[in-house]
Amino acid sequence: MASSNVPSIEAVKLTKQFGSFTAVSELSLKIEGAKCVGFLGPNGAGKTTTLKMFTDLIRPSAGEALINGVNAHTNKKKALESVGTLIEMPEIYPSLTPREALMMIAEIRGVPVGSRKKRIEDVVSEVRMEEWLDKRVGKFSKGMKQRICVASALLSDPCVLLLDEPTTGLDPRGMSEVREIIKSLKNKKRLIFMSSHLLSEVSDVCDEVAMIDHGKLIVYDKLPNVIAKFSKGANIVEVGLRSPIDATAFRTIKSIQSVIEVNTTDNSRLQIRFSGGIETQERILAEIVNMKIGVISYRPSDSELESVYLNLITETL
Amino acid sequence: MAEIETAIGNKVPSSLSQVGIITKYTLLDYVRSRRFYVLLIITLLISALLTILVGYYRPAGFLLSDLSFYSSWWGNSVTFVIVLSGIFFGGDAISGEFQNKTGYFNIPNPIRRSSIYVGKWIAALIASSVTLGIFTLITIGNGLFYFSGIPYQFGESLLFALFYLVAVLGFTFFFSSLFKSSSMSILVTAILFLFVFTLIQQLVAALVQIEPWFILTYGAQIIGNVLAVPYPPPVSTSSFGPPGGPTFTAYNATIPEGLAIIGVYFIITAIIGLVLFERKEFT
Repeated sequence: MASSNVPSIEAVKLTKQFGSFTAVSELSLKIEGAKCVGFLGPNGAGKTTTLKMFTDLIRPSAGEALINGVNAHTNKKKALESVGTLIEMPEIYPSLTPREALMMIAEIRGVPVGSRKKRIEDVVSEVRMEEWLDKRVGKFSKGMKQRICVASALLSDPCVLLLDEPTTGLDPRGMSEVREIIKSLKNKKRLIFMSSHLLSEVSDVCDEVAMIDHGKLIVYDKLPNVIAKFSKGANIVEVGLRSPIDATAFRTIKSIQSVIEVNTTDNSRLQIRFSGGIETQERILAEIVNMKIGVISYRPSDSELESVYLNLITETL
Repeated sequence: MAEIETAIGNKVPSSLSQVGIITKYTLLDYVRSRRFYVLLIITLLISALLTILVGYYRPAGFLLSDLSFYSSWWGNSVTFVIVLSGIFFGGDAISGEFQNKTGYFNIPNPIRRSSIYVGKWIAALIASSVTLGIFTLITIGNGLFYFSGIPYQFGESLLFALFYLVAVLGFTFFFSSLFKSSSMSILVTAILFLFVFTLIQQLVAALVQIEPWFILTYGAQIIGNVLAVPYPPPVSTSSFGPPGGPTFTAYNATIPEGLAIIGVYFIITAIIGLVLFERKEFT
């Protein structure tokens, strides 16, 4: 591993028309750096179509889809050199085993010969499919195939990951494992762009959100900023504590500047409503941590993102 | 902005190498598939049936000379084996990528679609050649049982058969690129090769009385005709009934003509098929 350029994906007036239907309309969006960006929108909003244009599964009618500055349609081979993808629910040649299917992808992507075997075993272990490594894919369930496809996306240790609803078809345990994998990729400083219908998943995993409706970008910003901007004046964060706090600590939290309201059911999980953006959120966290009351988690409330989503996207297909 | 570490040491191979990778794994998929064994069984059944019939009935048409043996045995059945191989391995080679969604696994990778197309085509050619090879070996085995040598014309016929296989696969891949449904592409290809081409060829020759030079199966006649001595004339007319009665005109492609028809069919269908696959969208 060595330092390289900052990875980026960019849609430049990206448009896709199917006959008279415009699936994506002049979408302009630039994402750079190590982060996870959630791509949200209702059914038919153009999320998968956008991701397909980034992977050359379909051609743009106008505009460009750039990965690390390279056009994904006109120079696909270069553009996808360091990109892991999972679009829809791919199928694998049924007669092949995961080891063979992943070896094919490793060879196509030019993973060094000496490290292929270990790399395959590592990614298969990451998706908990070790014992199925040499069984034929034809007999696998959808969830098992999806796990192998997640492994395939990770195989070449890419710097950009384009994931289309990566937890679809997985059982709750599988969904949780994939989310943990995505979080670990953030720690490895990868750029992850993932579409999802699951708002809880997005608020759990993503740093930023891009919302799209009727093929048009509605908003793209950091998650807390989006919530601050579109949640009618207030943000909510959920704070998990190691043990319940007493009334004094509760009153101290309520008195923190910008905090509007604090709710709790058992004094170990707090819902804090506050006014302000990401800086305010950061300051509140710092003050609560300084209280040394055993903070074990701190994240935007799922219900808050849902309320923003419903405010911004009024219709679905 | 954070600097990102990217995987180094990965070196995407050349498009030619990627053709080899696709060929290797598609072939692996083919030889493990049920259809490969079904095709082998059909080929063995045809061979067994011919072996038993010739061995038991000893038909004069087969046993007149070594050439007549190969002409009757090979000339009449090898095109069927080739067409069947083409349908089995080429019929859904490309449409299956869309319908079965295997394309979503292969295509979003740093690989040109043309590498996938050519790789799959070569894999289909190798798998079909195995079937053709088995049929050839059984034919030669029977031939050597009845006659001492193998006529050189059989070598020519085998080369023409391989060339025809190349064109049949080019054609089936073209149809496979045309459709997104596997069953549709297999069905259309099968109907065309097994019925439509032969029907058009006969109707054009008999009713319109022009040489059906634009039909692939007409060009493929050279596979059987090269085993005939002398080589059949390009045009022959036969009369029925009393003088002045109805006539029947038969056309036979000459060897250069047959090779040209097969070659042109391959080139045109390969190019169009490739362009279609390059442009087809995974919607």
